[in-house]
Amino acid sequence: MKIAAIIAQRLFYAAILILAVLVLNFLLLHLAPGDPAEVIAGEMGGATQEMMAEIRAAYGLDQPLHVQLGIYLGRALQGDLGQSFFYNAPVVGLILGRLGATILLVVTSLTFAVVIGTLLGVLAARKPTGLFSNVITVLSLVGYSAPVFWTGIILVIVFAWVFPIFPISGMSDIRLAGGGIEHVLDVAHHLVLPAFTLGVIYLAQYSRLSRASMLEVLGADYIRTARAKGLSESVVVGKHALRNAILPIVTIAGLQFGGLISGAVLVETVFSWPGLGTLALDAILGRDYPTILGILFFSAVIVIVANLLTDLCYRLVDPRIRSGGHK
Amino acid sequence: MTFGRKLLSATALAMVFAGATAIGGPAPAQAEAKAGGTLVIGSTQKPRHLNPAVQSGIATAVPGTQLFATPLRFDANWKPQPYLAEKWEVSDNGLDITLHLRKNATFHDGKPVTSEDLAFSLETVKANHPFKTMFAPVTSVETPDAHTAIIHLAHPHPAILLAMSSALLPVIPKHVYGDGQDLKTHPANSAPVGSGPFRFVEFNPGENVILEKNPDYFIEGRPYLDKIIIKNYKDTTSLTLAMDKGEIDMYPFLEGARNINRLKENKDLTVTSDGYAAVGPINWLAFNTKREILAKKEVRQAIAYAVDRNFITKALHAGASTIATGPITPASPFYTVDVAKYDLDLDKSKAMLDAAGYPEKDGARFSLTIDYIPGGDEQQKNVAEYIASQLKKIGIDLQVRAAPDFPTWAKRVSSHDFDLTMDIVFNWGDPVIGVHRTYLSTNIIEGVIWSNTQSYANSEVDKLLDAAAKEPDEAKRKADYVAFQKIVADDLPIYWLNLLPYHTAYSNRVGNPPLTIWGTMAPMDEVYLNN
Repeated sequence: MKIAAIIAQRLFYAAILILAVLVLNFLLLHLAPGDPAEVIAGEMGGATQEMMAEIRAAYGLDQPLHVQLGIYLGRALQGDLGQSFFYNAPVVGLILGRLGATILLVVTSLTFAVVIGTLLGVLAARKPTGLFSNVITVLSLVGYSAPVFWTGIILVIVFAWVFPIFPISGMSDIRLAGGGIEHVLDVAHHLVLPAFTLGVIYLAQYSRLSRASMLEVLGADYIRTARAKGLSESVVVGKHALRNAILPIVTIAGLQFGGLISGAVLVETVFSWPGLGTLALDAILGRDYPTILGILFFSAVIVIVANLLTDLCYRLVDPRIRSGGHK
Repeated sequence: MTFGRKLLSATALAMVFAGATAIGGPAPAQAEAKAGGTLVIGSTQKPRHLNPAVQSGIATAVPGTQLFATPLRFDANWKPQPYLAEKWEVSDNGLDITLHLRKNATFHDGKPVTSEDLAFSLETVKANHPFKTMFAPVTSVETPDAHTAIIHLAHPHPAILLAMSSALLPVIPKHVYGDGQDLKTHPANSAPVGSGPFRFVEFNPGENVILEKNPDYFIEGRPYLDKIIIKNYKDTTSLTLAMDKGEIDMYPFLEGARNINRLKENKDLTVTSDGYAAVGPINWLAFNTKREILAKKEVRQAIAYAVDRNFITKALHAGASTIATGPITPASPFYTVDVAKYDLDLDKSKAMLDAAGYPEKDGARFSLTIDYIPGGDEQQKNVAEYIASQLKKIGIDLQVRAAPDFPTWAKRVSSHDFDLTMDIVFNWGDPVIGVHRTYLSTNIIEGVIWSNTQSYANSEVDKLLDAAAKEPDEAKRKADYVAFQKIVADDLPIYWLNLLPYHTAYSNRVGNPPLTIWGTMAPMDEVYLNN
């Protein structure tokens, strides 16, 4: 199948999926107990009955559910995800304002996990029964089994309390004005702990996966041939073995993007990282339907796009798929 | 002395202070005050927007009082001081209040502040603010010239002076907010134009609010600070850590006993309970008097006798909170300590339940539930658990009913679907604003949180509160409130437990910290930073 046709087909499925996400989420949210008008009134320190009615009317909450759904879908198709009940601002703006922070966190964590994890796995695979391999195995298992919020809190205690070398909250120092290199370094400094926390659980997976994959590949006939040809060990491992061993890692990395986003919600909450996760939590507690729906919509889109990109990457890495040879 | 003359003398006194300090308020040590610097305030309260005219609450009030000036401000002794109004008079019959506005006051967009803006602001607040009692008696606002406004009242309304301070009557520009859009959802609520000491720079919802010095502020030489940043934190633990580490300069509305005690150990910080006199935050146990068992006063009193307020303040709150004895905060001029107290007495409690017709059978009398606001365990959940364990001792099976989040709790309580509930309610300065709403039988409104959700009705209380609201003579007014406090402490629709241990922690670099009756919900034009 031509690549354009594949992309078109995937996009079609994605559109249906997103529509289903919108409708299901809308219905589920409105079935949950609690009333946004109550929250707004609560924030205001009380309200009269007329004011409650006004609030409900202002946000369309006085309409029947199917009418609300119809209005919502109609607007969403035009790219308007509505106004946040809580912040009284366009949802798209609120989300775009935080999307960058979440993507920075997720991409940094994923890169960290894939690169370091694969490297450790490859090194461990070279001497599978050696001390280094065993240490990596134990550390991987610990990293894999520790819940992400627990790791986060332990890191906060260690690096805010015992050795206060990293900031533990937020994305940048609020007192630093303007941009420039100073700002970039400041953000990087703030990024270390959250990215490490989110990455470590996946790092463990990649190191295990790449170790197993490398072990399998290193025992293959073509590696023996390569060695017999007199190629250096670095070429054998780096070029011949790794290229084959990396395929499962690419697959897993793409699939895990969705998992990373949900992990980011927890990490962002622990470190007050100003991304979609903290916005989602606030929106849920405030029954801010449009914002919750908007975030779910964006995360669905991100996961779908990530899967699409994985598919394409896979084709680049594996010539058999590119040529359609697997069919 | 008539109400009007009294106010005039208060004004005169205020003018003396005004002469000394240019604006009234606590006199700063001028020699030390330094200009410049950024004050970073930490908060867990996230504002919806920044316009207090249509939004009550701490989160909006702290930035709102920096952005918008009000006609008056109050000092630490509950005395009104000039602010946007340089002087004011109250007519002898108490029905007309004349405000003389400063002529040099301008909004942040350069347009002058006029009496038209004041009239517009008052109408806006009257129509949109949840505290309806603040301006309900106002019949009209006359504007004979650009700097004079006369407020006409249907009856004397002494609470109006306090209602013209802090975040309660922000003077908003008519040329911005009067464009016909709904004020509740007006776009300028999130990017306000006011006339206060600081002007708007940035509002990142849920993250921070950034304000900068208003160079054309109507009080010369103020404010001292270049910038105020209010940074949001997800919880009190991370906020406490940030304060401890010096990431922020000030942490108002600090309340957890552990956090308070921890910050008190930091020598670079000052931790004080001053600045919350007007807020009057009371943590209480409310009874749904529509429930058959709880409709009996004796049962409510019996429950009170089984709950030890000393244990709550000393053990559960580690000594950080103090006992609340009635509906009015002890810091208020209308407070009386002389009410029924219900000191712990389990035998008396049991005897009262027996007499009320609920004898103990197989160790139990009846079952009830108690709700609590989720989130703040120290004030709410832990106290609810303690009450349940105490009531078990007198044969009442009290089930603690958790709510997953605030909306769920609010729904139960506002729809009167509860037996007992923990609650936190503020006095908001004058009893007319924050106290009446809980006890007036006319305010039993289903679907509205923080109304009279107890369904408490006593015509004597209604009469006293109505009289106090209109009584210009402060002594007579106090007498009405004293009588009211005695009656409700006997009827006990609510058992008041403790005052929230609100504290402000601030860096020792901060000069003139905001510690008047409104604390940080007042203009910080006198605050400065050393170094």
